[in-house]
Amino acid sequence: MVSMSDNVLEVKNLTMHYRTRKGPVYAVDDVSFVVRRGESIGLVGESGCGKTSIALSLMKLLPDNAEIKNGEIRINGVDIVPLSERALREVRWKEISMVFQAAMNSLNPVYTVEDQIKEAMHFHLPQMSDEEMDRKIDELFHMTGLDPAMKNQYPHQYSGGMRQRAVIAMALSCDPNIVIADEPTTALDVIVQDGLLKKMRELQRRLNMSMIYISHDIAVIAEVSEQVGVMYAGNMVEFSTTINIFHHPMHPYTMALMSAFPSIVGEKTELVVLPGEPPDLLNPPSGCRFHPRCPYATDICKEKQPSFTELEEGHFVACWHPRGE
Amino acid sequence: MTNNKVLVDIKHLSKLFPMGAGMFQRSKVFVHAVSDISLQIHRGESVGLVGESGCGKTTTGKLLTRLINPTSGSIDFQTESGPVDIATLRGKEMKKFRRRVQMIFQDPYESMNPRLTINDTVAEPLNVQNIGSLLEREERVVQLLESVGLTPATSFLFRYPHELSGGQRQRVAIARALIVNPDFVVADEPTSMLDVSVRTSVMQLMEELADEFNVTYLYITHDIAVARYMSNRLAVMYLGKIVELGDTEEVLHHPLHPYTQALLSAVPVPDPLHKRAPVVIKGQVSKPINPLPRCRFFERCPLADKVCETSDHPPLEDQGGGHYAACYHI
Repeated sequence: MVSMSDNVLEVKNLTMHYRTRKGPVYAVDDVSFVVRRGESIGLVGESGCGKTSIALSLMKLLPDNAEIKNGEIRINGVDIVPLSERALREVRWKEISMVFQAAMNSLNPVYTVEDQIKEAMHFHLPQMSDEEMDRKIDELFHMTGLDPAMKNQYPHQYSGGMRQRAVIAMALSCDPNIVIADEPTTALDVIVQDGLLKKMRELQRRLNMSMIYISHDIAVIAEVSEQVGVMYAGNMVEFSTTINIFHHPMHPYTMALMSAFPSIVGEKTELVVLPGEPPDLLNPPSGCRFHPRCPYATDICKEKQPSFTELEEGHFVACWHPRGE
Repeated sequence: MTNNKVLVDIKHLSKLFPMGAGMFQRSKVFVHAVSDISLQIHRGESVGLVGESGCGKTTTGKLLTRLINPTSGSIDFQTESGPVDIATLRGKEMKKFRRRVQMIFQDPYESMNPRLTINDTVAEPLNVQNIGSLLEREERVVQLLESVGLTPATSFLFRYPHELSGGQRQRVAIARALIVNPDFVVADEPTSMLDVSVRTSVMQLMEELADEFNVTYLYITHDIAVARYMSNRLAVMYLGKIVELGDTEEVLHHPLHPYTQALLSAVPVPDPLHKRAPVVIKGQVSKPINPLPRCRFFERCPLADKVCETSDHPPLEDQGGGHYAACYHI
């Protein structure tokens, strides 16, 4: 029996580059965080901040020009960075699986949904009998709120929300400990999104899974995660409980993000504009990568990169002037 | 800012798309993308048009800019010499009219010709409309680029769209829309491709320019939180119909239509301590293909009864204080 405080995933000093003709793109730079069993964490940030690159590193599904330069990714204590492709197959889907951004693109249009889920199961659970597999698929369909009668239909016969549910069923097929959901509801309408997020939360609790939600939408992250990591230009700049991140942010970027996001409830407060645009990661700014846009930047911010430190219990920040002090 | 002069008066506007007809056949099946909508847009105001995908909001925007022709209904546009029905304009008159109405599209990567420089892109409406001399056009482009915050303008003039970021491109698109001094701009999801930190500045820019250039906006979006900041009045669409219309804050705080209530309770809130009301409707949006003569929301509505099933779609009626809703059970 494992206790709730068990770390199922430990990421330490992860650094990942993409080689391009113009030089290396510093996509993920010295990122560390921990996910405990049954816990859901959210990674937020704008496009190109490295959220999806982290997810692909965790799955070791990196394109050819990507390279993990440094760091460890420990899944249940085992560092997967040095593992061979063959050894990785034992980890992928069974230990850690992923729900991809565009459900339409992650389903093959010429196979039925059932066949596609079975493919992963045949590969990873070869000892399972056909009847067991059929039962499992029915169960997965029930769990994700799909009608099992639809299992031998093709992806185009599914609506957007149903397709996303099918992709979730696929991700759960080998009973993983950790599921990464990369923008799982971005293409969906709000009412469908609401149903899907509820379903995912319910499944996470019931199966005691760990979830990593990746989204640019901080409102979605606020609703589904217990801990939040804020990414900016390849760095993790802040990590803490969701309440801390939303109500007591310390990093100026997190503070800016919170005051730039509109909401439909409460008083209509003025949205604060963050000047400038995220940097080009081929040539990131010196020192703290946020300094050109930061209202509190001083000389030290231009020269030295701040370290990611635990300033208060469970509240990590990489900033020379947390809370603007 | 808002005065009560009607700029665009939409009456019984409909757009039907035929489905599945062969080359020599007439289609018997139609998608009622926009179905008998009426709406008055006042000079200087900004109307937000919200709804889920497939509800007809983009079609409405395209009708108002006459990128597509309506099946029926009229769009009276106020000019110095009295109202003109856009729906019936042809040829030269239509072309002349185009400078009064402009559109900003969702995707700044798709809506620009990659082979045109920023200068040519922004100047194009002037060339098409044959406004001003070459020198005047050049000056005007610089002026506009500066208005949208692309400074110094001269450093942007001879660059190509691919050299700019998404936020900068959307600023170019705004400059291009405003260069002919339009009265009315239809903005279709202008910020939905932008990141949060960039989005806020583009939203603020559009607000400032509305005052500076005295333009009236129809702001189409699926993101109700963004619509809250970009509109004085909000219209909610469902399957080709406007089901609710009113002052933005009023609609958000006191939604009358069961669909609006469901839609609002489904919007995630960026506050982990906030608990949303449960969403009470079931099922999914269908398509308005030859819809039955009953309330369009009948199948999903928690309040639906015999009246809703046997009567026509309810009319959009004033429920007090300019807050309109189309429902038999208010």
